[in-house]
Amino acid sequence: MSRLAPPVSDSDHRAGPDGARVTLVEYGDYECPHCGRAYPIVREVQGRMARRLRFVFRNFPLSEAHPHAEHAAETAEAAGAQDKFWEMHDALYEHQETLEDPDLVRLAKKLGLDAIRVEQDLAAGTHADRVRQDFRSGVRSGVNGTPTFFINGIRYDGSWDLDTLLDALEEAGEKAVPPARVG
Amino acid sequence: MTATSALPAGTAAPDFSLPSTPDQKVRLSELRGRPVILAFYPADWSPVCGDQMALYNEVRAEFTRFGAQILGISVDGAWCHAAFARDRKLHFPLLADFEPKGEVARRYGVYRAGDGFCERSLFVIDSDGIIRWSYVSPIGVNPGADGILAALEKLSAGKEKR
Repeated sequence: MSRLAPPVSDSDHRAGPDGARVTLVEYGDYECPHCGRAYPIVREVQGRMARRLRFVFRNFPLSEAHPHAEHAAETAEAAGAQDKFWEMHDALYEHQETLEDPDLVRLAKKLGLDAIRVEQDLAAGTHADRVRQDFRSGVRSGVNGTPTFFINGIRYDGSWDLDTLLDALEEAGEKAVPPARVG
Repeated sequence: MTATSALPAGTAAPDFSLPSTPDQKVRLSELRGRPVILAFYPADWSPVCGDQMALYNEVRAEFTRFGAQILGISVDGAWCHAAFARDRKLHFPLLADFEPKGEVARRYGVYRAGDGFCERSLFVIDSDGIIRWSYVSPIGVNPGADGILAALEKLSAGKEKR
């Protein structure tokens, strides 16, 4: 059984309460078409479970297969450095077909970010280490493609269509003790 | 479904020589002196992003940190492998266990006779040619790379102690 390592911490991008009984972690790639299909499903799950769910996203760019995935991931991190990680995360999945560098900078501008800084971050690889760190943690946790999900720290090998994923999350919630607060 | 039993840790890895391209062969014993990862998989051309070989391609740098060489093996022919490797931009050898079909997989205990292809199975072989870890994954589940890396880590820790 593959387990998430390291566990979710303060340095992760988290949406939803840290005290939620269920944590869904996704290792994803912004250029991956399967992740693109999973994106609205995760959004729907978040909407339905509301405060009972914490969602975490970690980068797993498959750069050989997807030439724009690395810079897209770094752009999300660059937006995170300006406190708009999730806005950029959503925008990237909603514009998967246009992920060239100028497109990324345009998205940053559209979201009201300091786009020049984003451009500089990309050029300097400011967030490349963070992305690499996510990738390595994914490999060690048993990520076997994208997207890979973990529910309360255990790799989820089931189907991620809406109903199946919701059922799995609800079931995990029934079994779970509320997690200790992230310190 | 045919039950298989993969060679366990501690067994000497059976030597073999298999085509890596239509005109080149790889002999296992020629790789002595460094760890080798044998990744048996059922077939080329499985779906893109969840593909096991594509994953190992991306994780290559992590294997290289341990000086390890990864070899993919399936019953597909060398021409098929060449097309697959080119399409997926794979940067490690895919070996053709094509004639006699599945012979190497049989010797490692991972051939599914009823199906005509091999198990999704992994072997980590040390620099002296001894299997140190083996694992058979459910056929539909990509085993990922965590088990391989844990085995390589253990190998290199053992070496430092010696």
